[in-house]
Parts: sequence; C-alpha cells; structure tokens
Amino acid sequence: MTATTESRKIVIEPVTRVEGHGKVTLLLDDESRVKQARLHIVEFRGFERFIQGRPYWELPVLVQRLCGICPVSHHLAAAKTVDRLVGGENLTPTALKMRLLMHHGQFFQSHALHFFHLSSPDLLFGFDADVAVRNVVGVAAKFPDLAVQGVMMRRYGQEVIKATAGKKIHGTGAIPGGINKNLTIEERDTLLAEMDQMLEWSQGAVKVAKDYTLANLDTLAGFGSFDSNHLSLVRQDGAYDIYDGGLRAQDAQGNIIFDHVDNQAYTEYLAEEVRDWSYMKFPFIKSLGPETGWYRVGPLARVNNADYFDTPLAEAERKEFAGVTDGKPCNVTMAYHWARMIELLHSCEKMQELLHDPDLQGEDLVVKGDRRDEAVGIIEAPRGTLFHHYRINEDDQVVMANLIVSTTSNNEPMNRAVQKVAADHISGKPEITEGMLNHVEVAIRAYDPCLSCATHAMGQMPLVVEMVGADGQLIDRKTRG
Amino acid sequence: MGDKITFTIDGKDIEADAGQTILEAAEAAHMYIPRLCAHPDLQPYGSCRVCTVLVDGRPQSACTQPVAAGAVVESGTDKVTEIRRQIIEMLFVEGNHYCMFCEKSGNCELQALAYRFGITAPRYPYLFPHRDLDATHPDVFIDRNRCVLCGRCVRASRDVDGKNVFQFVGRGPEKRIAFNSEANLAGTNLDVMDKAVDVCPVGAILRKREGFRIPVGRRAYDHVPIGSDIETTAAK
Repeated sequence: MTATTESRKIVIEPVTRVEGHGKVTLLLDDESRVKQARLHIVEFRGFERFIQGRPYWELPVLVQRLCGICPVSHHLAAAKTVDRLVGGENLTPTALKMRLLMHHGQFFQSHALHFFHLSSPDLLFGFDADVAVRNVVGVAAKFPDLAVQGVMMRRYGQEVIKATAGKKIHGTGAIPGGINKNLTIEERDTLLAEMDQMLEWSQGAVKVAKDYTLANLDTLAGFGSFDSNHLSLVRQDGAYDIYDGGLRAQDAQGNIIFDHVDNQAYTEYLAEEVRDWSYMKFPFIKSLGPETGWYRVGPLARVNNADYFDTPLAEAERKEFAGVTDGKPCNVTMAYHWARMIELLHSCEKMQELLHDPDLQGEDLVVKGDRRDEAVGIIEAPRGTLFHHYRINEDDQVVMANLIVSTTSNNEPMNRAVQKVAADHISGKPEITEGMLNHVEVAIRAYDPCLSCATHAMGQMPLVVEMVGADGQLIDRKTRG
Repeated sequence: MGDKITFTIDGKDIEADAGQTILEAAEAAHMYIPRLCAHPDLQPYGSCRVCTVLVDGRPQSACTQPVAAGAVVESGTDKVTEIRRQIIEMLFVEGNHYCMFCEKSGNCELQALAYRFGITAPRYPYLFPHRDLDATHPDVFIDRNRCVLCGRCVRASRDVDGKNVFQFVGRGPEKRIAFNSEANLAGTNLDVMDKAVDVCPVGAILRKREGFRIPVGRRAYDHVPIGSDIETTAAK
C-alpha cells in the first residue's frame, strides 16, 4: 500500500485477536502524518434497556449473557447487587467461598486465554512478524509446550467454573443471597489432583511475561504508554481483592485520589462523558473532570493499586514488578501482560487455598434480610472494574439498570494507546504494512478489551484496511483473512 | 369400565380398559406419547396437539381420544414424529422462549420435548409477539412470553383449586391467558400453594424469588429425555 498526496483515512476492521468486534480509524494528512486515531467499539448492547421489567432474581443469569468469555464476572456482579436487594449481602461462608472459587476459576481461564491464545503470538514472534506465523497455530507449531499449557490452563479454569456454577459457560450458581450448590468431595478431589501442575505452569507463565517485559523494557516503555490514573477495588486492609472491597484511585505518581470508597456511593466519585463519535461512554473521576480524570482499570491498575497480595508466590512477583518502578505505579501499557500473569498465579494460589477449605462442603447456602429497592455491586472482572447498578419497583421488576464494564473504563486509555502507537509507528511512513497496523492492535490487545459484550461476529474475522481519499473515494483496500 | 379391549400401537398389541384414552393405555404399556397440555391430575383437554397419533390413518389427540377395539394407532412412525416436530417448532416461534435465562430451563417440558425431538432451531420464522408480564401478585408472576396456551392453569384453578382464576380471552394469535380480576393478578384470590401455580409446563407461571435454586445438573431433564420415566419402567 502506498501513500498518496491526499489526506486519507485508514480503517482497521475488525481488530483481530480481541474478544469481539471493534475497528480503528486513522486519519492521515497530506504528508501521511496521523492526525487522529480512534478505537470504535461498534457496539449497541441494549441490556440496560431490555432487562427493564424483568424480575430481579433473573439478573445474575440474564445479564451474564452480555459475554461468552467472562460471563462469570457479570454473573457475580449482578449477584452481589441482587444480594443487597434481598438484604442478603452477608453471605454464608459456603456461599462466599463458592463464589470466590468461581471467580478465581474465571480469572484463571480468561487470563490464560488472553495471554496464550491472543497475545503470545505478538510477543513470541514479534509485532511485525509474518502474519501467517503470528497466530495461535504458529505458537502451537513452534512452542508446543506453551500452547498446550495455555489450552490446559484454560480448561482447568472452566472446570472450576462448572463445579461452582453448574456449567462452564453461563452457569446459574450465584443466586440472590447465596449459592445454589456446594462443592462435592468428588469435585474437590478432581480439581486438587491437577493443582500442582497448574501452579507450576502459572509460575512459568509469569516468567515468560516477566522475562519478555524486562528484556524489551526500553522498547516497551514507550510503546503506547502514557501516565494515567489507576482505579480498582482493594480490600479494607489494602490487599489485592477481586470480589469485594472499596474503590481506590491513584494518579500516575502514586498519590491517592480516593480510597476505600463505598460501592454504593460510586456515582459521587465517578461520572461518564458522552462523545458524539462513539457508542461507548468515557468514565472519569469527578473531582478531576473529564480532561484529566480518565483512568485505567484491569491487571495493571490492580497490581499498581494493591498494597500486597495475600498469597506468597504472587506477592513475591508483585514486589519484583513494583521494584522496576521503585514502588511507584507502572504506566507501561505492555506491562499489562506481566501484571495479568501475576494475577493468574494469584488466582491459582487462591483456588488451592479454597479447595482445601471445608467450608466449601457446607450446607448453609442462602441468607436473606430486609429488602431494598436499589443497590450497586462492584467486582473486578479479568479486564477491570465492573459496575452493576439496579433499581426495582414494589413488584420486584427492574426499573433502572446501569452497567459500566471494564472496557468502557479503558476506553480513553485504549484510544490514547492507539493514537500514540499510530503516531510513532505509522505517521509519515511512505508505505503502510500489515505489520505496522498490527502494532496498533498489539496496544489494544494489552488491555484485553472485551468487545464481545457488544457484538458476536460469525466465522473468520479478517482485517480489512481501506484507504479513503479526502473526497471520500476509496483509493485502496486490503484484506487479511 | 372394566371391559378389556385390544388395539395396536405401531404394530404392538395393547390391552386396555374401555374408556381409557390412547395416551393412558400407551402409558400403561410403557409407551411414551409426547404431550404438553395433558397432565395426570387434570381433565384431558386436547389443545396442544403434541400427542397427535394416527388412528386408522386419521390424526387424533391421544390425550382425548378413547381407545377402540381393533384400532390401528401410529405413534412412533416417521410421519407422526414429523407432525409432532412441526407442532413443537410452531410453539417455539409463536412465543418468546428464551431458555437461556428462564428459571424453568432444565425442568421445562417444551424445552425437553425439543431436545427429545432433536430440534436445534425451528424451521419457521420467529413471530416475536408482544406479550405482557404480570408481576403484581406478591408471590406469583406470570410471563406470557413463555405461555403455550395449554390451559393447565385454567383447568387446575377451576377443577382442583375451585377458584377459576385463569381463563382464555381473545382468538387466534390474540388468544392469551387472562384473570378473573378487573386489573391484574394481584386482584385475584390466587394463592402461591394453588395447584394452578404448580402445573405450568413452561416458565409462564412461576413462584417469585425462587429462581435458580435448583442447580444445573439436578433438574428433571438434565440427564434423561422427557418420557424416560415411562419408558424406563418398561425396561424393568
């Protein structure tokens, strides 16, 4: 593809090796400099509207249909919210630990999928390696052990979900005020039988991500990176927590913006901006305003925000991670992968801990208390903080729903990453190659956006690049499929 | 009653009591005839036609048709199976049956029939009708999206509960379940323990706040097809 003297638009659609369907548009000026770069999530979800009128106890099972990759996150966020609606937020030990096990199983499988299947081709072969090799099949051919580990770790996480939710995808385990099953001895022993292997592979996965990041730190430090605020849940004592806790936000230098914010009060601290070119809103920290109040969520933000992990292996890895930036927040976009694998290791350790807990075989599954008309449930999904907010009427029907999914919180950061990579790697180049465009996708993949919340493409997902002249005429079109 | 007669189903000699329906006689012989509107505790109704059989070549509903000496009944033939399959598919497309978030999933007789018949998707276009949900009752809600107009609730309320809470109104595609109150379900004397609340074969009438208490894997049709209880008895 050759640049013309006219200003032009390049469209990458759909972005590949991410969950779902998105596109990138790059506007180039007469000298092929990137004037504007935008990530569009071509979504219209509609869930907030069409769940209105449904009875509240359907929500954990209904809303998780947003996604087939991390439905457990929506299942549990909705369940946490509905717990409050029925006054059952103080779960029994069995219910709480079953949900935690489900959640860590979800993190484990989702992070394994993302790292091994979707992102490892870029890291193992190079961002602009031959596209025929730079894919999961290429990984399986050249690094068969790694590919098998990725598949087997994902399978293990799915088995944990099945044991706790009833099904690997779209289960029904979490119900208002509790859980509908405990873990049988047989299920426990089946899962424990593979635990040592999973722990060993998890440590290996951290090493792959860490070694890659440290070996290429000089390059990666500037790749799609920028200073940002970081938002996540943390436990009351500051520990890493993905199921419960208060909201913590800190700036790029590590100054706390707010801490231990009550989930129910999130609207006092966060707001959402609408921009005319995107279906997705742009959340921001109210006290800072939309210009500087945007923030990152997900593995990088969580590992930055947590004071410590309550499992030894992950905590040792966190310390090493934090040591690279002298304890300050890491703002390197590509460090998401390293942070993600530390989380994967932590989830593995937590699953081991939980599987040895006899509370999982308890019989006390559900609690209820005083009913409420409105509630908020916040959880950490694999991709970042997830907000569910519902209001119901006296007949138990939903009358208002607001969902802020992780990808929405990362909207501004992903756009900034796209802008920076496009400026650094495409701007002013006489010829634009597929490899150069892949750099843009690599930056997006670091965030592991869950675009499948929005659309469900069928079959192959080719990369289509169109060059459109200033007059709107199509100049050139390339398809990768 | 008491007189024995003999007829055949799919070539097999069946001995039955005079006055029995074909469905009852088949069941006594451990042969399962699919059904939706029929219920062992309720009067036969013959509305869903899922139990259609050919009696001497003529289609009849097995739940209402009495046995006749010497009758030749087809039930498991390809021709009858195809008729039933089409009826089940039509039931799916004329309502809004979203199994994925329905509390009845796994316990639903309509869903179980689809699995038994190997229906992965209906051949007919979905009608996506606008149907109302009534959640006004403190303990029971009705979701007409899932109603198949089988009339079980009508008969149970009238004949078992003695209340007559439910009745059909409208005709053709406008036909729907209505209540014996001015406005809504809250205005009826329906009680959560009524038989009418129990007999719905789908997820149209459900108790409130009980959703998904039975985990996946422990529901009626999670492991065996609907009708297996009748057929399994035969194996013993």
